[in-house]
Amino acid sequence: MIDFGYGLTPSATLRIENVKNPRFMELHALEPDVVKCIACGSCAASCSAGCFTEMNLRRVILSLQRGREKETLPMLRHCMLCGKCQLVCPRGINTRHLILSIGKVYGLDKKEEVQP
Amino acid sequence: MSQNVVVIGGGPAGIEASRKLRDLGYTPILIEKEPVLGGHLARWDRLFPDGVEARAVLRPMLEDLDGIKYFTDTEIASINRLKDTWVVKLSNGLSAQVRAILLTTGFDLFKAEKKEEYGYGIYERVITNAELEDWFKSGAAPQFDKVHTIGFVHCVGSRDEKAGNRQCSKVCCVTAVKQACEFKEKYPDLTVYCFYMDLRMFGRKYEDLYLKAQKEHGVRFVRGRVSEVSEDIDGHLFVKAEDTLFGKPLKIKMDMLVLMCGMAPAASTPALARMMSLSAGEDGFFLPQSLVSSPCTSSREGVFFAGSATGPKTIPETLGEAANAALAIDRYLKTPEKA
Repeated sequence: MIDFGYGLTPSATLRIENVKNPRFMELHALEPDVVKCIACGSCAASCSAGCFTEMNLRRVILSLQRGREKETLPMLRHCMLCGKCQLVCPRGINTRHLILSIGKVYGLDKKEEVQP
Repeated sequence: MSQNVVVIGGGPAGIEASRKLRDLGYTPILIEKEPVLGGHLARWDRLFPDGVEARAVLRPMLEDLDGIKYFTDTEIASINRLKDTWVVKLSNGLSAQVRAILLTTGFDLFKAEKKEEYGYGIYERVITNAELEDWFKSGAAPQFDKVHTIGFVHCVGSRDEKAGNRQCSKVCCVTAVKQACEFKEKYPDLTVYCFYMDLRMFGRKYEDLYLKAQKEHGVRFVRGRVSEVSEDIDGHLFVKAEDTLFGKPLKIKMDMLVLMCGMAPAASTPALARMMSLSAGEDGFFLPQSLVSSPCTSSREGVFFAGSATGPKTIPETLGEAANAALAIDRYLKTPEKA
């Protein structure tokens, strides 16, 4: 669909062909396993934080691949790095390390993390 | 006197290939380690997609074994190469010298105990797909009281690198849907869930079976891998998964859980591969010369494959390969021996 610029609301359509994603490439270089996810949801099902917050690692990975950083990164702040997701991941992804790498690449700042 | 061919493994592939070899004028020597022929098929009740009885497929095969020498309860003691023949010694003391060996060693059902988080062997209401077939076949239901809700867990020991089984076992998706339909036919009041990652309905009429499960039986499909199972004081099960289409974690109480155990390489594979210097793939299944154009030919002269020894297969695929392997062996034996 052509965006003429007259719309009142921004388009809700994912434009994945336009996603320029150097950061994701950087993450991929650091953490090659990030593309191994088959979106089975084991991580989200076992997540200690997931029952109470919006934390969902499966969605984090997908959203980063789609270039939706803004809505993604706040999820990760709820992660306590307990590592249960790592125990259940059928693809053997080192999820804790992945989360730390996402923090590094996308600049999840520790100072911001502390909220009163 | 007709030429002998050793066939190792008396499941559908081995029986069918033996019959075909006999029809081509050879004398197959069929070796089976279990007390009866038939392999996993002998244990199964009904087959997808139409629900034909497994015994209706197997019986005509077992009634047609004239001209085939078969040995049950027999294992391979050793196999050695002698010039251009193979010398096969059996555990019963007999031995055979043949030019061609056919490996129809099949698969092992994945051991559900390995997936500790599902509690098989700990919680009595967690059973396997094979045990469910036993139930359907014998009619002897396990004595669980008040079963209202049951769940099928797809991909148990399939697509699972941690369990050492990276491959898709191919047949479990449609088997789960088949078993879910059978359940609803027997007990229409039950609520049946399927926890899947992808539903791989690749064969003819498989998709129809899926549609039937949805439309006629109201089977509830949840897209998410079960991450863990726990038990309450009454023995009921709590199943955790993520409803990935909804994006929320999900917890549900179940009265019974069926684990769809996948296909793992047969335990005998490494030993046989060593004896004959054959190659097995990273996944542990035998590796044929080409998975596309010569699935029945091995890297060694005079050694052939059929059935799920070379990876998960359906029954019709297995039977087709058995015929294919018999022809490949026939052609090999008709080429003159090297001087």
